[in-house]
This record gives sequence, C-alpha cells and structure tokens, in this order.
Amino acid sequence: MSVLYRGEELQAEIEKFAPGATTGHSEDAVHVDAGQWLDVAQGLKEREELGFAALTLLTTVDYIDHFEVVYHLRSLSHNRTGVIKLRCGEGRGDAAVPSVISVWRGADLQEREAYDLMGVRFEGHPNMKRLMLWEGFEGHPLRKDYLR
Amino acid sequence: MTLQSEPVIVNVGPQHPSTHGVLRMRVAFDGETVTDAEMIIGYLHRGSEKLAEERTFTQVITLTDRMDYVAAMTNNQAYVLSVEKLAGIEPMPRGVYLRMISAELQRIASHLMAVGFLLQDLGALATPLMYMFREREDILDLFELMCGARITVSYHRPSGVFQDVPDEFWGRLRQFLDGMPAHIDEYERLISGNEIVLSRMRGVGVLDPDVMVNASITGPMLRAGGVDWDLRHRAPYEFYDRVSFDRPIMDESDNYARYLVRVYEMREALKIVEQCVEQIEPGPVRDPDVPFVLRPPVGESYVGIEGPKGELGFYLVSDGGISPYRCKVRPPSLLNLTLLREMVIGLPMADMIVTFGTVDVNMGEVDR
Repeated sequence: MSVLYRGEELQAEIEKFAPGATTGHSEDAVHVDAGQWLDVAQGLKEREELGFAALTLLTTVDYIDHFEVVYHLRSLSHNRTGVIKLRCGEGRGDAAVPSVISVWRGADLQEREAYDLMGVRFEGHPNMKRLMLWEGFEGHPLRKDYLR
Repeated sequence: MTLQSEPVIVNVGPQHPSTHGVLRMRVAFDGETVTDAEMIIGYLHRGSEKLAEERTFTQVITLTDRMDYVAAMTNNQAYVLSVEKLAGIEPMPRGVYLRMISAELQRIASHLMAVGFLLQDLGALATPLMYMFREREDILDLFELMCGARITVSYHRPSGVFQDVPDEFWGRLRQFLDGMPAHIDEYERLISGNEIVLSRMRGVGVLDPDVMVNASITGPMLRAGGVDWDLRHRAPYEFYDRVSFDRPIMDESDNYARYLVRVYEMREALKIVEQCVEQIEPGPVRDPDVPFVLRPPVGESYVGIEGPKGELGFYLVSDGGISPYRCKVRPPSLLNLTLLREMVIGLPMADMIVTFGTVDVNMGEVDR
C-alpha cells in the first residue's frame, strides 16, 4: 500500500539536507521556500532514503491573495508519495517559481499548462509558451478574476 | 559526392486520420526521415477544469465522461474516489463491485481501440479495427444495460453507482466473459505473429525505463519498459486488494512490447471481472444518506487510479461550498506524450505514425 508522507515527517527529512528551506507544513504537505526549491527538488529525487523519482502531478491553485503551486511526488522504490507546496505571486503580483524541468522531465508539459491557464511563470523552462490556448490569447482563464 | 537535401516542414494533423483526434505535429523531414517534431495541441480544449468550478460536485461527473471519451467509466471512477476521500464518504460494497466491473470492462474497450487503431496506422485498413469494434460493441451494450448510456455513461456516484443493474445484465455479462478469451486468441493469431507487424514494430520507438519514470510516463507504456508499476497492485483502491491478477511486464520497451502488454492486460481484466462477479453480494448500490448536493469540508484530496492509459487522478480543493474550488485532472494521455519528440526523431514518416499509435492517447483527455 502506498503511504503518504505526513507533512511534519517530510519537513524533517528535507531539513536534514536543506536547513531552512521549509517554511512550515500542513497535515500532509510541506511548504518550501521558492528560492531554495530547486536544491530541495534535486535532493528529493537523488537522496536514497527519499527517492522521489517521478513528479506525478504539478498544479496551481488561485487563492486570490496568492498562488499556490502544488507538487505531488512519487517514490517508486519506497512506494511513497509526498506533497510539496510553493507560494508565489503575493498580492496578485508577478507569479513565478523556478522550473524543475532539469530535475523531472515530466514537468515540461505540466508547467506549460500551468503557465497557460493560471499565469504562473516557471523560470528556467526552455520553452515557456502557451500549451492549450493560442499565442496572442489574453489572460489566464483559470484565475478567479478572469472574466469571460 | 553526397546529395544535400533541404529539410521539409510538414504539418501532420490536426485533421489527419492517424492522429487519433486533433493532435497536430509540425515535423521537419530530411527525405523520409524525421529530424525534428513539435507537438501543437489545444484544438479540443473545452476548459473542463474551469467549468467544474461552476458546477456541483455531482454535476462534474458528466464533465469527466467527456475527457477520455473512450474510457468514461474509469474517468468517473477516479473523480468519484477523489470526492469520496474529500467528503469522507464510505462507499457501499455492491456499488464498489459494480464500479470495478464497469472499470475493467472499460479497460478492455479502451485497449481494443488502442490495438485496433494501431493496426489501422500500420496500414491494415479497417478489417482488424472492425474486429475490435465488434467486441467493443458488446461492452457498450453491457454499459447500456447498466446505465442507459453507451459512451458518456455518468454511472458512478459518490458512495457507489446511481442504480443497480437489471437481472438480464448478469446473463449477458456471462456470455461476454465466456466468448472474449476466444476473441483475444483470434487477435493474437491474426496480429501477434504477423510478419509485417513484427518487422515494423520490433525495436522501434525504444525508451529507457528510467527516463520514462522521470518523464511521468505511466500505464502500459511504463510496464512495456520493464517497470513493475500498477496502482491497482501498488496502491490498491476500491477492492483491488481482494482480487488476484497478474501484471504483464515486458522488457523490450519498443512498439511491439507496448502492443503486447495491452493484449495481455485484456485477459487480466477479464479475470478481475470474473472474481468480482463471484464476490458481489446483494445490497444497496449507493448510500441514500449521501445528498445530491455535497458540501465537503474545507480541504483537498488527490486520488490516482490505474486508468487504461496510465495514472489518472483528480486533485480537488474544497472551500466548503457546493462546487470544487479547484478541480485538476492528472491526464495520462498528455503526460505520456512528454517524450514524443525523442521517440520519433530518426524514424521514417510511416514509423512515426505507428509509434504515436502505441502511446495510445485520447485527445479529449490531452486537451480537456
């Protein structure tokens, strides 16, 4: 049976190799500082005891005053899953987080989709352009303030 | 002296018979060989995730039918499981077995389409595909008995399914279960040893297993690369821990292995349905206390299931209201296309089409 990391447990694991990178946890998610996310992601994938080889799902949620980027990770060797959350775009400002395409190839299309529909930019993505909608489309439809 | 030829850019799709819908690829050719490919999608984008935010949790089930429209039952199942987790609903055992039966029948129907269209791409025009359609038709008839619809079924509900099956269903299901293994043998005789199939598909479109895991590829594609990963086995949902089945694993990771894994999985799906029929007992198919308009507590849930094409999941966020605050699909069809460019570079045009066919995508799910 696949086991989900408790937020607290995964936070402690991350603090072991990246002290100060986490900013808190909820019941089953860890909040990571966007500035150190790339190092944390590298560690999550490469450290033997964690072994998060696959990025199952990358998604974004619009919480009006900020955006949240949610990463569902999966370790095939340990059969465990973990959830990481990043905060960006405080006060609906410029929303950007580092791209993890160098760590997980699976982020490629998911980051493009998140940019297209939610308007969160992923810095370092080699091909950051719209995926579903056409070039020249205005706005990002999944934002809560998007008007039809 | 070598002859230099200028690369030719060709648009394959969106209205191309081999693109399984409306996938468009801009392909650069040097003679017959693919030198670069870019995937352009979005022609079927209907904004399902945005639409879900304006509908009640139960109404969203109808949207899920229209995502992967050749596998509506598994879409229903993934969504309903996520809602149940979010709202803390305990499903009724008879409802769960009916969901498993419908989902496994849907897996067979989806794999039949995958194999049929793959042969169409190989140039076996229509004949094998019509064989597959013949058996898929039986499955759709069973769905019609279950819920009155054939494609857009909307059969599953939080806590079970919306109605019990009529008595007539069990006889028809028995007929299907008795007849299907012979049909699969027939496909194998027709296709698996066919010389053209072997020479065109063996050793073509090979992917490295570690790269596939890294690129979020799941489902039959991953299992054809030797990775033993099936969520029904590794993270059992519903009652998959009460049934036994084998997981076909191939090591070649080429187009032929991806085809064979799907054929074997059809046999395993039949086994699962057989066991469900043995284990199912009379009882309510849904909990009458679960209201039509759900108000799950504030929170979020993600449930991934082993869909016919790979890990299909729904990430739901609730703000305590009657509709999801955010409804995000994890589409296996889209993510399995991540490595498409690498797969097709260096192949001739005809093999590119076949390679694309073995990925088995559904554009309704890619674009949503």
